[in-house]
Amino acid sequence: MRELTYAEALREGLRQAMSADERVFVMGEDIGVYGGAFGVTSGLLQEFGDMRVFDTPISEAVIAGACIGAALSGMRPVGEIQFMDFVTLSMEQLVLQAAKIRYMFGGKTSVPMVLRMPGGSGTGAAAQHSESLENWFVHVPGLKVVMPSNPYDAKGLLLAAIDDPNPVIFIEHKLLYKTKGPVPEDMYRVPLSSTRIAREGRHVTVVATSIMVNRALEAATTLAAEGIELEVVDPRTLTPLDEEPILASVRKTGKALIVHEAPGTGGYGGELAARIAGSDAFDYLEAPIRRLTGLDTPIPYNRNLERAAVPQVDDITREARKLARGEY
Amino acid sequence: MNPSADYLSTMLRIRAFEEKAEELYALGRVHGTMHLSIGQEATAVGVSSALREGDFLLNTHRGHGHCLAWFGSDVNLMMAEFMGREAGYCRGRGGSMHIANVEANNLGANGIVGGGLPMAAGVGMSIKMRKTDQVCVVIFGDGASNEGAFHESLNLSSIWKLPVIYVCENNQYAMSMDIRKSANVEDISQRACAYNIRGITVDGNDLAAVHDAIAQAAAECRAGQGPVLVECKTYRWRGHSKSDRQLYRTRDEVGEWQRRDPIPRYATVLGLTDDQLEAARKDAQQVIDAAVVFAENSPEPDLAAVMEGVYA
Repeated sequence: MRELTYAEALREGLRQAMSADERVFVMGEDIGVYGGAFGVTSGLLQEFGDMRVFDTPISEAVIAGACIGAALSGMRPVGEIQFMDFVTLSMEQLVLQAAKIRYMFGGKTSVPMVLRMPGGSGTGAAAQHSESLENWFVHVPGLKVVMPSNPYDAKGLLLAAIDDPNPVIFIEHKLLYKTKGPVPEDMYRVPLSSTRIAREGRHVTVVATSIMVNRALEAATTLAAEGIELEVVDPRTLTPLDEEPILASVRKTGKALIVHEAPGTGGYGGELAARIAGSDAFDYLEAPIRRLTGLDTPIPYNRNLERAAVPQVDDITREARKLARGEY
Repeated sequence: MNPSADYLSTMLRIRAFEEKAEELYALGRVHGTMHLSIGQEATAVGVSSALREGDFLLNTHRGHGHCLAWFGSDVNLMMAEFMGREAGYCRGRGGSMHIANVEANNLGANGIVGGGLPMAAGVGMSIKMRKTDQVCVVIFGDGASNEGAFHESLNLSSIWKLPVIYVCENNQYAMSMDIRKSANVEDISQRACAYNIRGITVDGNDLAAVHDAIAQAAAECRAGQGPVLVECKTYRWRGHSKSDRQLYRTRDEVGEWQRRDPIPRYATVLGLTDDQLEAARKDAQQVIDAAVVFAENSPEPDLAAVMEGVYA
C-alpha cells in the first residue's frame, strides 16, 4: 500500500473532507500561506481559498469559540491550535461552552467541531511548547479526546472526528508528523472509541497512547528476541473509552503496563489502572498494575534532560521485562 | 420605528416574569439562583424588535428578558425551564442561566461573563460562508467588556467584516463593580474605535432608541459592512443575584433610575392612559400566572435520564 507521513495523511483527510462537504472549513494560526507550524494544512489555502481556510489572529479563545459558533449554526469547523500548550488560552470556550452546550440545552443541539493540536515533547521546544494535556479534556464530560499514533489512524480518526456530532479534541504528536506508514487513498474512517490491538502477545499487556504506542512496539520487538511477548494496546480514543479490548487483554496476560507521556500524577494511566482493577480483569492479575509515565516536571530544554523526563523505548523495555519476569 | 402595543406587552410580560421568579424563589418553590432584568426591559424588546426571524441570538446570564422577547418565545416553556421541569426549553437541565431555544436560533443564555462573545464571531463566519443575510446579535454586560474574549471577538469580526451586532447592555454594575471604576472610558462604545468599527451609545431605557440603533446596525451587517458595537445604557433595579445586599450603591441612585422606568415611558409613546396601562399589566400577569400552573403541572425530569445528552 502507498505510504504517507502522518502529516500528509492528516492533510489528505482534511482535503477529502473539505471536498466532500462544503460545511467543512479550517481555521487557525498560520495555517494558510505558511501551511501550519508543522505543515499539515500546506496547500489547502491555494486549493480551497480564503473562505474555507481561515488564517486567524493569535486569538486562541476566539479560534475555539468561533468553531463552536459555526458548529451551532450549520457548519463543520476544524480548528487548529498551533501547539497544544496554547489550548490553555481556549479552555473556557472548550470546557464551559463546547462540552456543556448539548447537555445544558436538554439535548436539543450539538457542537460538531474538531480542534486539532500537536502535543508532546522531543523537539527541544522546552516547557511551554511540549505539553501533554490530554487528561485535562478527558476529565470533562461532553468532550471526546482522540490521539492517533500512526498515519493510518491519523487520517481515519480525523475523518471520523469530522463526522462526529460532538466536540472532538484531536491530539497529534509533533514527533510523529514525519513518520511514514500505509494510508489508503479512499475516504475511510477509523471509528472513534475503537481500541486497537497494535501487536498481539501473551505475557504482558502494554496500554500506550500516541507516540508511546510506537515506542512500546519497538520494545516489543526487542523483548520478542528474549521470548517475552508484549501485547500492545492503543486506545486511540481516550474518552469515551472502548475498554473491553483492554480488559480482555489483561485477562489474557495477567499483567498490565500503562505508558503515556503526560506526567503520572492525575494522568490517564490512573484512570486505566482503576478500570482494570475495578473490573473482573482484576481476578486475572498476577502482578501489580504498573504505570510508566512522564515525570511530574515541566519539560526541560536540555536534550538529555528532556529525554529523561518522558518514557523512552529502553524504559518500556526494562519495565515490561521486569513485569514479565515477576520482579514486582 | 412604528410604535406597537406588542412591544409594551412584551416588556410587561418580562417584568411580570421577573417579579414572579423573585416571588417563587422567596417562597422556596425554585432553587438555585437567578439574575433579574427588572428595569432593563426596553433593551431586550428593542433588540429583538429590530431583527428578523432566522437571525441568531447569544445571550447573557441576565437573559430572561431577551429570551422572552426573542422570536417564537413560549413563556410556558420559559417558566418550566426556570422551575427545572421536563417541559422546559432545556428539559430542566439548563435553568435560569442556560435557557436556549435553538429552533428559533436563540443559541442560549450563558453563565460565563463574555462567554458568548467568541462564539458570536463563529456564527458570523457561518453566515458569511453560507451566504445568507442573517445577522448574529450577542448580548453582554458592561463587565464582559473587560474580558479578553471581548477583544478577540471584536477584532476577528472587524478584520473579516462579520455580520455581528455586539450589544453591550450596560447596567452600570458588574455584580458590585461600578463600571466607572473598572473602565477608563465614558462609554463602552468608545472601544469600537480600537477595531475600526462603528460604536454607538443609546439610552437603553428608550425602546425606540434601542430599536433604531439595532435596525441600523442590522442593515449595515446585512450589507456586508461588518460588525457594530451598540451600547445600551440601562440599570438593574434588583441586586446582582438573590444574595446581593447592594452595599455598593445608594437607594437614591436606584430610585432615580426607577423614575426612568422604560415601561410607563413607552406607554406614553403609545398614548395610553394609566388605566389602559394597568389593564395591560394585568393581562401580562395572567399570562405569567398561567405559565406557573403549566410549569408546576409538568413532570420533573426522570432520574434515570441524568446522563442523557452528554454526547450526541
